Amino acid sequence: MAATPQLQLRCCAASGCRSAGSAALQAALLAARDQLGGAAEAVTIKPVGCLRLCGRGPLVALDRRGGDGQEPSAGSTELYAELTPEQAPALLAAATGLGEAPTAQRLDPAHPFFALQKPVVLEGCGVVNPESIDDALAHGTYAQLRRVLLECTPEQVRDQVKRSGLRGRGGAGYPSGLKWDTVALQPPGPRYVVCNADEGDPGAFMDRSVLESDPHRLIEGMAIAAYAVGAEQGYVYVRAEYPLAIERLRLALRQARGKGLLGSGIAGSSFNLRLEVRVGAGAYVCGEETALLASIQGQRGTPRPRPPYPAQKGLWDAPTLINNVETLTSIPVILREGGDWYASIGTEGSKGTKVFALSGAVANTGLVEVPMGTTLRTVVQTIGGGVPGADGPDGGVKAVQTGGPSGGCIPAHLLDTPVDYESLKALGSMMGSGGLVVMGETTSMPEVARHFMRFSVNESCGKCVPCRAGTVQLAHLLDRFVERRATLADLERLEELCTMVGATSLCGLGQAAPNPVLSTLRYFRQEYQAACRDPDQCEPLDACVLQEVTR
Amino acid sequence: MPPQAVERTTRLIRQQRGRSDALIEVLHQVQEIYGYLPPGALAQVARELKLPLSRVHGVASFYHLFRLEAPTAHRCAVCLGTACFVKGGGDLAERIEGRLGLRLDDPAGNGTWALEHVSCLGACGQAPVLVVDGQLEPRLPMDDPAALDARLDALGLTAAADPDPNGAS
Repeated sequence: MAATPQLQLRCCAASGCRSAGSAALQAALLAARDQLGGAAEAVTIKPVGCLRLCGRGPLVALDRRGGDGQEPSAGSTELYAELTPEQAPALLAAATGLGEAPTAQRLDPAHPFFALQKPVVLEGCGVVNPESIDDALAHGTYAQLRRVLLECTPEQVRDQVKRSGLRGRGGAGYPSGLKWDTVALQPPGPRYVVCNADEGDPGAFMDRSVLESDPHRLIEGMAIAAYAVGAEQGYVYVRAEYPLAIERLRLALRQARGKGLLGSGIAGSSFNLRLEVRVGAGAYVCGEETALLASIQGQRGTPRPRPPYPAQKGLWDAPTLINNVETLTSIPVILREGGDWYASIGTEGSKGTKVFALSGAVANTGLVEVPMGTTLRTVVQTIGGGVPGADGPDGGVKAVQTGGPSGGCIPAHLLDTPVDYESLKALGSMMGSGGLVVMGETTSMPEVARHFMRFSVNESCGKCVPCRAGTVQLAHLLDRFVERRATLADLERLEELCTMVGATSLCGLGQAAPNPVLSTLRYFRQEYQAACRDPDQCEPLDACVLQEVTR
Repeated sequence: MPPQAVERTTRLIRQQRGRSDALIEVLHQVQEIYGYLPPGALAQVARELKLPLSRVHGVASFYHLFRLEAPTAHRCAVCLGTACFVKGGGDLAERIEGRLGLRLDDPAGNGTWALEHVSCLGACGQAPVLVVDGQLEPRLPMDDPAALDARLDALGLTAAADPDPNGAS
């Protein structure tokens, strides 16, 4: 250990903490450092991406490092939450040993929320400065791209991805290596690589966090993917609702071009790649891959039937590889550590780690990356801390919603389910992109189902009838349950219509739109029954009719 | 159409080298010029990108973020994503409707303010959230009506006929 430890303050500058005032806090820290002078001059203050516990921002991490070149983990790290600019001088004084740290704001890094995480995709999140390519390079970003271009054939790269067992993180879970092979083995001609960053599921903010926190790692992953499938042109399709993510991604692309890591003859090889950002305009359906391709080409974002799959016929009818942000961001680590290393994490059918966005009625909201196969209970109760102010065996949790409008509500008694693609599907939900919304005892399930159905009504593109008209009818039926004027015949109609819309819709949006209804019917049927009017069938009804009358 | 705006539109289309696949990007930029997409601007875009007007209008009306009517002076968006919904986003929307005397998702609003819903801003850790004139407002205190009223007052979301545009902080 060196006599004077190096001090570094990492200030979260992702949009969650920014809305909580992180910019003013960072400015106050810089001002306080100038004022203190002397010992404080040695403190580095840098903006970083997401420090995970978004619900308690603005967050600041303080690293005390032993010596030069060591990773922050080698020394000790303290974490502070909900800091105000007024507390900046105290924090700096504490860092340099001149005063007491604001203990009320100090978080325990050994808390399960931090200790149980396994950063793979989020390795650089909260560590690198997202606006500096030099910082990213210093942390090893682009090293794998350079190595791969010099040492590996595209086949070798695809082989590592296949060995890793990585499956698409956008929700459907298609084996990535297989998809890459399909694109690469198409007849010769132009190919495209597309990153789907149209993260539209309500309750999901994993991709936003990656784009805002570590954009260079995504670019590296995309470039490796392009090399592996033989593409020379690529697009990142980002939703317009993420202005900071777009700004940082555009900056990162400019920086990468400036360093010769994108463009012609990348890193001295003969590989060329042009990457462009395409900004969406507010259409959830554009997360569906064929709709996304239409939108990139400047058209209405309506899906088309598959096959042909985009891997065969995508952008301008050329083979197109479409992967989600999280999938592509995993690639550099997989190549660094090897496919077998990645495959050793997780479960038999679902390898690696998964990033979740934990929100809703839960004490610790934020970004969580855990190995596949971790139980929902661990994520929601141990890491998330359960519902604030509630106790009991399930921590006051009534249900956990996964997979957004395409997923379902998993009831508290099934919290011991391991998180993997198959287990969640068996419960009538799905992995989805990774939004986990916790619901407490007070949440009414028919209301939740209506909430999602209204979303699907709004977002249906209108191309196919089952989705365009079916979702509207489903929403009307659900209105009756929420307003407690349904009949048992409505319940039958609801189930019938759910099956029809699911079976006959053109794309994933329509096919999955009934899922929130079906899963809440499966686990919370009594709430639907209690909302029926037929007095012979259910008692609570009289009570509610009376209430309406007296009102 | 103000000639300056027409000229700027021509320039930005030229920057996209007149490629029709850049239509969405062009519409974003045109909307930045006018605040919305007036019919004349759509016609100009169609002409200069060599696309049928029906195609341009079809795209402009498909996407939620494109406005075909002039916006009100102030705009507020309430997030009704799942996390915000669980944390009382619906009640928040109702409260603002009452305060401003307008209906959710009515583009005309009360003449000064319009209130629209958004499906998710990815700020779920801060739920429930609002966007007031482009500024994200996190963690509205739904369990403390007095504090909530104070926050909404400070944002200028009051029933006053002529809200002071500088009053919003």
